[in-house]
Amino acid sequence: MPREGLLIENPFERLSKDELMHIHNASLELLTDPGLICYNEEAASIFADGGADVSPLLDTSPPCRIVKIPERLVNEAVDRSPSKIILGARKPEHMLVMHGHEPKVHFVTGSETNIWLDVEFQDYAGKTDPSKEIRIPEFIARRGTLKDLCTSARVSEHLETLDGFIRNVNIQDADITEDNKDVNKVFASLDNTTKHVMVGLTNIDQLDNVVKMAELIAGGKDALKENPVISFITCLVKSPLQFVNDTTRSFIEICRRGLPVVVSSSPQAGTTAPIREAGIIAQINAEVLAGITLGQLVNPGTPIMYGSVPVRTRMDTLADSYGAVETSQYNIDCVQLARHYGLPNYSTSGVCDPKIPGQQSSVERLFSNILVTLSGPQFLHCAYGLLDCNSVFCLLQAVLDDAHFKMIKFFLQPARCDEGEIDAMIRQIRDVAATPQKLYIRTIRKVLRSGLLSPPYPFEGSADKDEVFARANDRMEELLKKPVEHIDKKTTEKIFKEIPGILPRLNPN
Amino acid sequence: MSEEILTLLKENVIQGRITEEDEGIDENLSGPGAVELTEAALEQNIPVQDIVTKGLTAGMDIVGQRFSAKEYYVPDMLASAEAVSAAMDILKPHLEKSQVETKGTFAIATVRGDIHDIGKNIVATLIKGAGYEVVDLGIDVPTDKIIEYVRDKKPAFLGLSALLTTTMLFMGEVIEALKDAGLRDTVRVFVGGAAVSKEFAAEIGADAYCADGFEAVRILDSVA
Repeated sequence: MPREGLLIENPFERLSKDELMHIHNASLELLTDPGLICYNEEAASIFADGGADVSPLLDTSPPCRIVKIPERLVNEAVDRSPSKIILGARKPEHMLVMHGHEPKVHFVTGSETNIWLDVEFQDYAGKTDPSKEIRIPEFIARRGTLKDLCTSARVSEHLETLDGFIRNVNIQDADITEDNKDVNKVFASLDNTTKHVMVGLTNIDQLDNVVKMAELIAGGKDALKENPVISFITCLVKSPLQFVNDTTRSFIEICRRGLPVVVSSSPQAGTTAPIREAGIIAQINAEVLAGITLGQLVNPGTPIMYGSVPVRTRMDTLADSYGAVETSQYNIDCVQLARHYGLPNYSTSGVCDPKIPGQQSSVERLFSNILVTLSGPQFLHCAYGLLDCNSVFCLLQAVLDDAHFKMIKFFLQPARCDEGEIDAMIRQIRDVAATPQKLYIRTIRKVLRSGLLSPPYPFEGSADKDEVFARANDRMEELLKKPVEHIDKKTTEKIFKEIPGILPRLNPN
Repeated sequence: MSEEILTLLKENVIQGRITEEDEGIDENLSGPGAVELTEAALEQNIPVQDIVTKGLTAGMDIVGQRFSAKEYYVPDMLASAEAVSAAMDILKPHLEKSQVETKGTFAIATVRGDIHDIGKNIVATLIKGAGYEVVDLGIDVPTDKIIEYVRDKKPAFLGLSALLTTTMLFMGEVIEALKDAGLRDTVRVFVGGAAVSKEFAAEIGADAYCADGFEAVRILDSVA
């Protein structure tokens, strides 16, 4: 059975119907005035052929055009975009099925970070009681490697709450070049997890090699359409309202191949978008709709997800502040808009500001993880292990996040208050009320072993010790020892024979 | 036959089944529970001492081991203690007749001004399950009533419970009243409850502070 996502029975929404329509109308207005600056010539021609008003912008370097997209084109694009999108996987039970109108959620990793954070534990003697041993984690930052990406994918395979994998380590080995990066990162991901893999391309020239690799794994071109083991994410619109050249080119080519792709926009409220909610939401919605319109003009019916990564600016550095409360508000608004259009949403939560795991990271990530989940995005990039916004990845944090998501998933189980249950409970209350001790403790036992009770926090310490990190580290070590089902030997041989550039050290045969 | 009954009794204690209608943890276990098996054991003339040691106490030992190994939780421990407690009620007249020495009487009360009894009841169940005779004096028990009971019945142990910071002060009042009545040396006083601490217990002159029912049983077993 594929993964249908966790249903959010009563999704949390911030916008009233009127407010949502105001935003929608504002976005349509922005698409015609001022329109979007387009640095990709092919996109400008596609828009012009499709009926958009395209005119050159004078005295610019590089040369570019202004594209003004009429409402009709946007409506047609939304109508053509499939509401149901399937993201495939090496194992059929890991396929993800998404319906744009449904408030459901799948939990996925991401995004690409430069820094890998190792953890080592140091033991200290207590100051007041030297016999008391205190374990303190020390986090050591280093550049991420191909091996780290394999490790991350392998552990992600075993994190129970994870539905899919977005590469979360930027591979920076000395022998990784712009030309071989994509094939190596995609192979490393696909070979180490049987879950869905979403990738962002570094070099558009590698698209065909990546697609060929996916076809070999899925069992051919048609099989890949049925079971797209990979999907793509593209940030073709740079805020505010600009189609950039290279990613727009990538996006057009991915759409031509009919593989699932996310149109993602990530405006920063305060610098590249208005800081006020209505402003950034109207703008990001316009940007995403512009991308979807381009994709549907390229290949009508191609599966495109509504990707939204809005974030507030930090006032001290003007960097992203994913820990800011407003970031969750923006994301939840976008979930609501995507559902209004009937498009599966790629949303964001769990990214936090601190550089190392700790109380701030726990508070910030849990805050947004709970709230954005409750809004019912279809595909939630919930930042397993990510720290320092999108710069640092820590496997220990990913293990901690898995425990948080178990709690969230448990919470989302539907209430059971049907007639039979109510009758049983009335009987139980009467029975216990008639006993001298009036305690329900005996009735717990059956429930205790039925899986209906939430388990205790798995990393709880003993006595007055906070042992969360040490216990999570033990769990991480357990997961690291677990084997993973690699791509079969025959297919691996074919991939290494037919796809140039994959480093021999990735070949297990 | 007698071995079979005692093995079944032990298993039913482990499963926390008081009667045949109870569900244990293992769904395959049915038939008579601790009550019916204790009655059957008496009918078979199995010595009371054997029923207690080979059936009830042996079962509770396993329960304790499973609790320590985190295979069992507090509700399991309580269910087993309740099963033992029900069996002990049946055995009580026979124990007296056969002059088997019991572990002693533990009188327990929530002190005056306090009507909270959940903790007291859990502690009472666990102590009874551990083989002590338990007399529950109830909630909001006036100090003079406690003194009267100690004077008349001479329990070896007195447990005082209080949830509130305002009512826990009456624990000290009981201890002072025991002294005034010349009874302080006749009874060991255990105190417990959410507001009570080890320091407070020492301050009022109690013999022991018990953080929970399990600790109460441990301390009792060490001094009984």
